[in-house]
Amino acid sequence: MMGIKYHYFLLYVADDKKVKSENVTVKNERALQLFDGDLPVEKITNAWYEEFKLSNYGAIITFVGVVRDEDGIDGLSFDIYEPILNSWFDAWQKKANQSNAIVLMAHSKGDVLNHTSSYIAAVCSPKRRVALELIDEFVEDFKKSAPIWKYDIIDGKRVYAKDRSTKIDGAGLLS
Amino acid sequence: MVTIDFLGPINKDSLQVDIKNLNELSEILKNDEAVSSWLDKCAVAVNDTMISSKDVVLNDGDKVSLLPPVCGG
Repeated sequence: MMGIKYHYFLLYVADDKKVKSENVTVKNERALQLFDGDLPVEKITNAWYEEFKLSNYGAIITFVGVVRDEDGIDGLSFDIYEPILNSWFDAWQKKANQSNAIVLMAHSKGDVLNHTSSYIAAVCSPKRRVALELIDEFVEDFKKSAPIWKYDIIDGKRVYAKDRSTKIDGAGLLS
Repeated sequence: MVTIDFLGPINKDSLQVDIKNLNELSEILKNDEAVSSWLDKCAVAVNDTMISSKDVVLNDGDKVSLLPPVCGG
């Protein structure tokens, strides 16, 4: 039985490793956040803006994914394998740092109803062009590599979104 | 023993198997009706590191994870 969730809480706290970009230090626990249910978009994006507007980034680009009402679904539901998501994200942070940029991300676990958000990605960079290119690459690689599984919620049941899912590079090793 | 985890929609409990490499695992899973149809679609991680070759020696206590096709966002 689904219900609208009124309370949000941080499920994932990364280790205390810090990400450096120019003179900016970002704790990874704020850079990658997982929430139970739909995302408190304003709270997340406002906090990022408040934190990084003072860091001399000339470009802060935020991508907010919203669950669409289509094909009779009530919403989406997500499973996440956190150990590999963390290493995937850490690799992206290193890549962004090479361009003096940082990446930020929030994602939902469990059920997310239509017209609410399950995914936010952001890039902060001194340069506009770097940020625009990185947000494109970051979101596209997320879609094909991050260990997250999506289900449609139909009549209260979770149905794996098989046709919209992508094999991870190297799939089929055991076949 | 090596632990085999089936992630996401595969929806199968973990297995404990006595194997030394991924070829042995492949043979076991090909004969498992609940998993065999997933094998051509799944990526593989050993101890939470993605791998691209079956040329991996497995030791007692290792964990192998099967990752089916993904769709975040």
